[in-house]
Amino acid sequence: MSLDKIIILISSVGLIGFIYWFFLSRRPDDSPMVTTAAISVSGGYSPSVTKVPVGQPVTLTFTRTDPNPCLEELIIPDLKIKKDLPLNTPLALTLTLTRPGVYPFHCGMNMYHGKIIAV
Amino acid sequence: MPTRSITIPIAGMHCASCAVNIQRLLQRNPGVSTASVNYATEKASIVYDSAQTDPQQISAVIEKLGYKALITNPDELVDVRQQAKDREIVVLKNKFLLSALVSALLLWATLPLLMQTAPLPLKNSYLHFFLASLVQFWVGRDFYRSTWASLKNRTANMDTLITIGTTVAYLYSVLVIFLPQVISRLGVTPEPYFDTSVTIIALIILGKFLEARARGQTSQAIKKLIGLQPKTARVVRAGKEVDIPISEVVVGDQLRLRPGEKVPVDGVVLSGETSVDESLVTGESIPVYKHADDTVITGTLNTTGTILIRAQKIGRDTMLAQIIRLVEQAQASRAPIQKLVDVISSYFVPVVLMLSVTTFAVWYAFGPAPALLFALLNTVAVLIIACPCALGLATPTALVVGTGLAAQHGILVRDAQSLEIAHRVNHVIFDKTGTLTEGKPVVTDIISVNDKRLTTNQLLSLAASLETGSEHPLAQAILQAAEKSAVTVSAVTHFKSLAGRGVEGKIHDTKYLLGAPQMFSSIPPQVSRLEKQGKTVVLVGTPTRVLGIIAIADTLRPSAKHAINLLHRQGIETSLVTGDNPRTASAIASQVGITRFFAQVLPADKEKTVRQLQAENKIVAMVGDGINDAPALAAADVGIAMASGTDVAMESAGITLVNKDLTTIPLALKLSRATLRTIKANLFWAFAYNIVLIPVAAGVLYPFTRILLSPILASAAMATSSVSVVANSLLLKRIRLT
Repeated sequence: MSLDKIIILISSVGLIGFIYWFFLSRRPDDSPMVTTAAISVSGGYSPSVTKVPVGQPVTLTFTRTDPNPCLEELIIPDLKIKKDLPLNTPLALTLTLTRPGVYPFHCGMNMYHGKIIAV
Repeated sequence: MPTRSITIPIAGMHCASCAVNIQRLLQRNPGVSTASVNYATEKASIVYDSAQTDPQQISAVIEKLGYKALITNPDELVDVRQQAKDREIVVLKNKFLLSALVSALLLWATLPLLMQTAPLPLKNSYLHFFLASLVQFWVGRDFYRSTWASLKNRTANMDTLITIGTTVAYLYSVLVIFLPQVISRLGVTPEPYFDTSVTIIALIILGKFLEARARGQTSQAIKKLIGLQPKTARVVRAGKEVDIPISEVVVGDQLRLRPGEKVPVDGVVLSGETSVDESLVTGESIPVYKHADDTVITGTLNTTGTILIRAQKIGRDTMLAQIIRLVEQAQASRAPIQKLVDVISSYFVPVVLMLSVTTFAVWYAFGPAPALLFALLNTVAVLIIACPCALGLATPTALVVGTGLAAQHGILVRDAQSLEIAHRVNHVIFDKTGTLTEGKPVVTDIISVNDKRLTTNQLLSLAASLETGSEHPLAQAILQAAEKSAVTVSAVTHFKSLAGRGVEGKIHDTKYLLGAPQMFSSIPPQVSRLEKQGKTVVLVGTPTRVLGIIAIADTLRPSAKHAINLLHRQGIETSLVTGDNPRTASAIASQVGITRFFAQVLPADKEKTVRQLQAENKIVAMVGDGINDAPALAAADVGIAMASGTDVAMESAGITLVNKDLTTIPLALKLSRATLRTIKANLFWAFAYNIVLIPVAAGVLYPFTRILLSPILASAAMATSSVSVVANSLLLKRIRLT
């Protein structure tokens, strides 16, 4: 096997490792507990994890600045919330989560994900 | 804090600093938490605390500065959103047309058989470079924007795959044009692939365009419901009739409704009579006659008469608003079947990226010559063909169409889970009173026994006296009959209610009993005959002697028999549960075609009956009213509640029927099966598509059959796949429901 092929093989293994690390490795959850959060919706949700206290009203304000139509709907299945996110228009959701747990949310096509953690 | 958000279009801004000024002033307004004014879109987006301020105050602030606030009501907001979506579709169409034109030109100049006919200037490779760059970076700029934004969040999506795939093809072609010697040194004939990158983009944009259009159609049902809310009402104030915006109507207002107008609020008829077409809200197909004291529902159509109504529920409290809210909530909920999809889609794109790297490496190291070219084209094909969107759209689009269709027939599904369970139901148990029957019992027979001198009116008078003040439905029937016959009612002393059986009391110093036959030692022979007719019998008498029989019957709903027949034809068993004695229960059951019944079940024990059926391994749907039968409805696999009045938000029920037509029950079950079938088909195709075609694109068939998938074919497949999922969901609208 020629040298270029060996180099390609080795670097592709490295690249696969990088892809795994970049997208799939678990990142430590050090987000602080908040009762209000501004979540920017652009190529995903930032921050994607919001930690909130159980039993207290919390306000999450979503603002979409990304024209990708995939993100135009926000769905929080466990709370039965489905909202349109008009471009550049903040949408404030006031929630009181009565049970601790993870409440995932995603876009209309289930491509981008985020979660609210109630503790 | 009741936080609301509103978007107010503003007219009269002539520079960006106007926007800044308005924004600054709004932010200083008490109760406004955030305000942003966009000069380009001419809109203010405001998040405010509804306890401290309201849209009127906010627009007053804007107008004070000399601008015009075009305050919108929620319906118009929908129109604005719709306009935005329409604009987006137009943009996609234009982008597709441009990229399709470029793609056609490039294919003409490069395809082996066609290229001889192309005019000379078209063969200039620098022109190819220019055209391809235009498509890559102008038409495709949203792909780059989206990819960059998601990489910043360490996530990836379909756009990431397309961006990488087309960029690889594009950059390789640029290299071929500007540094052909590098390519030749690698043993590959330098040949650009601009046609590939451009055609991929054209086809993906076409897919997005078709998909956006089709997705708009999935939520048509709810848009129709929203559109039913009239925008103005004709209010009678100080003896004058004026048209006012619907937002200014308050509870208690008297409103005039003329022929051909839609009912603006939920209310009660004060005077006049008419018939109202309720079909668009409740699915009830026959116009309903309305006169004084009848309830009218927002959004229904007044046909012929003029009536005066009093507003009882307005805005978000109306039945129409509740229906819209319930449907929207159901559409947001997650079907259990979706869980696996959620897991898969969170790994999908990174896994495809890894597969594409593997494809490149394997073809480069082990593939035939020219290895680089094979490696490149197959990698691009893998990136382009993977379609996570089809997976993501499979369940929600079917759910939106299914629940919307249900709502149009007066069936409100609470969540996706109820819909998913409903499709497996094989036993439906009906509550009798108020469900199979109208719930309005009437006296049908009054028979005097043992004492021929006692007239039926005297018997009725006796019974009515004993029942005065009772709320029991049977007592109500007796009191109504007494009122109709204008009999006198006497005073009762020593009154006592005997729980669950009847009452006793003294009239003119004689003690009388009234109630179930079991209260008396001897039961007249006529009783069993009446009970066999499905009537409920009460006896009147003294402690020693029965004086008379009063038979009370509840009219069966006209749709009951047909509904049960339809269920049986679907292979679903039925049964009846009632507090009546077995003879009455059996009679009612046989009148509607039900063979199994549970008689003398106290209201609190209906839940046990449901559990008993479940213990027989049946998937049980319980049909009852949402209030008295709540525990039984909750215990059932699917609770189906008949809505009472204009209140449709039944917590205990998975499905609420807005109209009183029982044939909507078989319809609801049929619809749930159809929806689940669509979801399963969608998921199957979306999975199969990716599982089969990704390996084919990677070239696994090549060693055996020499089959490879060109990146252009890959993009065509990819564009078709998500469109076909949405189209399949839309097919649900075509199912025959009757």
